[in-house]
Amino acid sequence: MKALDRKLLRDLWHMRSQAFTIALVVASGIGSFIALLSTYDSLQWSRQSYYEEAHFAQVFADVKRAPRPVERQIVELPGVAAVETTVVQDVTLDIPGVAEPVIGRMIGLANGGQPSLNRLFLRQGRLPEDGKRNEALVSEGFATARGLKPGDHIAALLNGKREELAIVGIVLSPEYIFASRGGEIPDDKGFGVFWMERGRLASAFDMEGAFNRVSLSLAPGASEAAVIDALDRLLEPYGSLSAYGRKDQNSHRILSQEINQQKTMATVFPTIFLGVAAFLLNVVLARQVATQRDQIAALKALGYTDFAIAAHYLKLVLAIVLAGIVLGFGIGAWMGYEMTAMYTLFFHFPRLSYRIQPWIALVAAGVSLAAAMGAALGTVRSILSLAPAEAMRPPAPTRYRRMLLERLGLAHLLSPQARMVIRTLERRPLRTLLTTFGIACSVAILVSGTFWRDSVNYLIDVQFYMADRGDANVAFVNPVARSALYELGRLPGVLRTEEVRSVPVRLRAGHHTYRTAVSGYPPDAQLRQLLDTGLRRVPLPPDGILLSQRLAERLAVKPGDRLLLESLEATRARRETVVAGVVNDLVGLSAYMDIAALNRLMGEGESISAVALTLDPALAKEFYARLKEMPQVATVSIKGELLRSFRETNARFLLFFTAIVTAFAAAIAVGVVYNSARIALAERAWELASLRVLGFTRHEVSGLLLGELAIEIALAIPLGLWLGYLLSALIVSMMHAETITFPLVITSSTYAYAALVILAAGVASSLIVRHRVDHLDLVAVLKTRE
Amino acid sequence: MQPSPQIVFVARGLTKTYHMGEVEVPALRALDIEIYQGEFVVLLGPSGSGKSTLLNILGGLDTPTSGEAFWRDHNLATSDERALTAYRRDHVGFVFQFYNLISSLTVRENVALVTEIAPKPMTPEEALKLVGLEHRLDHFPSQLSGGEQQRVAIARAIAKRPDVLLCDEPTGALDYETGKVVLEAIARINQELGTTAVVITHNASIAGMADRVMRMADGHIASVESNPHKLTPSELSW
Repeated sequence: MKALDRKLLRDLWHMRSQAFTIALVVASGIGSFIALLSTYDSLQWSRQSYYEEAHFAQVFADVKRAPRPVERQIVELPGVAAVETTVVQDVTLDIPGVAEPVIGRMIGLANGGQPSLNRLFLRQGRLPEDGKRNEALVSEGFATARGLKPGDHIAALLNGKREELAIVGIVLSPEYIFASRGGEIPDDKGFGVFWMERGRLASAFDMEGAFNRVSLSLAPGASEAAVIDALDRLLEPYGSLSAYGRKDQNSHRILSQEINQQKTMATVFPTIFLGVAAFLLNVVLARQVATQRDQIAALKALGYTDFAIAAHYLKLVLAIVLAGIVLGFGIGAWMGYEMTAMYTLFFHFPRLSYRIQPWIALVAAGVSLAAAMGAALGTVRSILSLAPAEAMRPPAPTRYRRMLLERLGLAHLLSPQARMVIRTLERRPLRTLLTTFGIACSVAILVSGTFWRDSVNYLIDVQFYMADRGDANVAFVNPVARSALYELGRLPGVLRTEEVRSVPVRLRAGHHTYRTAVSGYPPDAQLRQLLDTGLRRVPLPPDGILLSQRLAERLAVKPGDRLLLESLEATRARRETVVAGVVNDLVGLSAYMDIAALNRLMGEGESISAVALTLDPALAKEFYARLKEMPQVATVSIKGELLRSFRETNARFLLFFTAIVTAFAAAIAVGVVYNSARIALAERAWELASLRVLGFTRHEVSGLLLGELAIEIALAIPLGLWLGYLLSALIVSMMHAETITFPLVITSSTYAYAALVILAAGVASSLIVRHRVDHLDLVAVLKTRE
Repeated sequence: MQPSPQIVFVARGLTKTYHMGEVEVPALRALDIEIYQGEFVVLLGPSGSGKSTLLNILGGLDTPTSGEAFWRDHNLATSDERALTAYRRDHVGFVFQFYNLISSLTVRENVALVTEIAPKPMTPEEALKLVGLEHRLDHFPSQLSGGEQQRVAIARAIAKRPDVLLCDEPTGALDYETGKVVLEAIARINQELGTTAVVITHNASIAGMADRVMRMADGHIASVESNPHKLTPSELSW
């Protein structure tokens, strides 16, 4: 082995702790880059491969009741490749020991076999046997949440008749990757999907020889819009609610929304992480190499060429960075896998398809390598450009300047030691700035990585406590007369009721359309309040419609414009109204009207479709029991239950993400602080040892060195908090979630957390360096120069 | 102007000015010098007289602000960095006051650093034997005394069989006895290998072992004396 390569190995071993912290910085940048991007990519890939495998339909339609021969007509529509019809019915389940209502969606399965579209993935057990009419399959999410397994029985109220179902298998369906009754919040506890013999389901609901649900796939090149139009025309006589494509299918819509959010996370965060890591890598390595100034000069004096010297230092930094890259790959792959797996808490995939695309790894490694090589070459070149005679001398002392405080005449306020510390900082303003900025970056990463908790909590608070003040929401199968309000109001435990009219519509403005529901509230509603982003109550206009800002943008309308409402209820009413205003609300693409105006527009009397109510918790059980007896009630959602399970799942996710961001930011902070301290120690060992010889105590000497760091950290924290705020604002502005505006809410505890983590990282690094200062070998240090 | 065969170094009007912030510090002022093949030259002079600057220019470590400097047919004043690197690598051996050893390499490896890139080197072991360190091959610099470290530096300088050996205060950091051991090593190289040696020192006593003694003052050669009665290092005393 060449002597120069031996030097390389020994230098690496000698600086192993510094090399390790630098490698950690690299690993942090690469790890987060790979983890977030690969999670995004893998989610998309999982969805795509699952959809293909399960023959997930592309167009869906619900009808009241269509005779089976219509299926033949659908198959013959141009552009249709395959059709699957069935009977779907939401029923109330009766689970022993569970008071609150639980909804089961019953889906008919022809002759116990696999459907041709939306095929089921059998996780456990078997499919129902032909002729065994009480056998059923259950969705995995619900089975897990309720502890069901093959062999268990569950009771369902089929059209008011209690029936026992024998669970024979646990399955997954591409239609219910995300299972909820239409909301944004996963509801595996309160909502289960069941597949049972179609004939049995049909006979219970008077659907023999008929269907109420169509799924179809498109022939290659077929236009989805054209097929939907043709299907609507064909199904109109059978009470169609209008067909829709995948983008309006609930599970797909929410999954896509999550994937799109992940995309923003996956591009903004890793870019920032990798950028910061590369920047710090550059700064730290440049300084490391600079400490070898005299050795570079000696090699040059001995006749080594610039190329050979540059290659030597390149190898040094490459060795460190490659270690970081390997570590980063490992961390990134592990974290990406874990994060993708974490999504299976919300999204039910048959298997986790995790992969890291080569380009992700290449970009991550390439950026780190370029930053490291830039640092090494830049520093080596600047040293090589000096004549060796000059380079071999220590760098000329910088010109002495009276420090700012002295010029201000305040120097007497400081002890001599404090003056030395501040002078050193002032003498190297660029270095002070870079170190401070590096530490500030890790603070900023922490803030922007952990404020999500605040944002989500705020959203929940606003949406579920300030806007939606009721405890439960009871929805009817069909709109009912307003008198139902009083009927519900008389049930045990009900404290207050308020009517809601919700009309599923397609809004049309020019060529823009959007499927949503218009919600009608009484003008003096207390349980359902409309709030803007400033949490101000928005009054409902007596006439016309209010739109969410996001919906108005999507439909390209402004207040005063006319808007066409096409009801998707049986009446198929088409009405024109005026956009009365735009609401800056946080969640959803919603449309609101005064309930009286809505009923007037729809040509209906005082009908209502749901009731919001508040409950006396002590009487909740009785209320639920009575509710189960009311056949016109379609669904009941209980806010508390829903939020509790959402918070549990979400908390795990946030905790993981916070832990990762914290670890990364701490690694970066340690990398910067520790290396700054070690380099400062290397440069000033002689001076510090001299002070010790003059009689300074260890405490005083380390105070000089660590005082600089303390000031840098103290400056970096407020700067970092401010940068963190800006970074969070940038990320929020880039989150183009279709239905949610993430509020830029950062609580003081998030700021405090970020500051404390960095402080702890700084103190830990300082203590390690302090240990070294304490053990300075005075004689050896003094011997090295004169 | 080409030096005659027996002259190895010649400089005319050599000037070097350092810019230290706002001040200009003249280190050499129109200096003239000639050094002959195989001779042992001692440069004496107070601090700041320009000794190190002259040595650095002769060794290709620095270039003059103006004037001419030649080693044989190499123009040291106008050579570019690449040519100076080749010159140092092929012809010059340096010994510095503070040794400038690579602390992470052993004695043998510090010498190998040079033998690996020189055209006709001796082995590191041979070079170290010449300075009497053949028994400390695998020690690290930190395990050696100052005199031993300086002898490693000398071994490193001579291992390439240089044409000239340039020593900047080789005994400056050493005690009396150790200093003599180091000087003996330099004298031996000069005599046995015929290497031209230029040694800078504060110590006028060392002049006794020189062929010629040049005194520098204020950036030029103030006087040149030939020494007909060369002493061996062991005969010196200070």
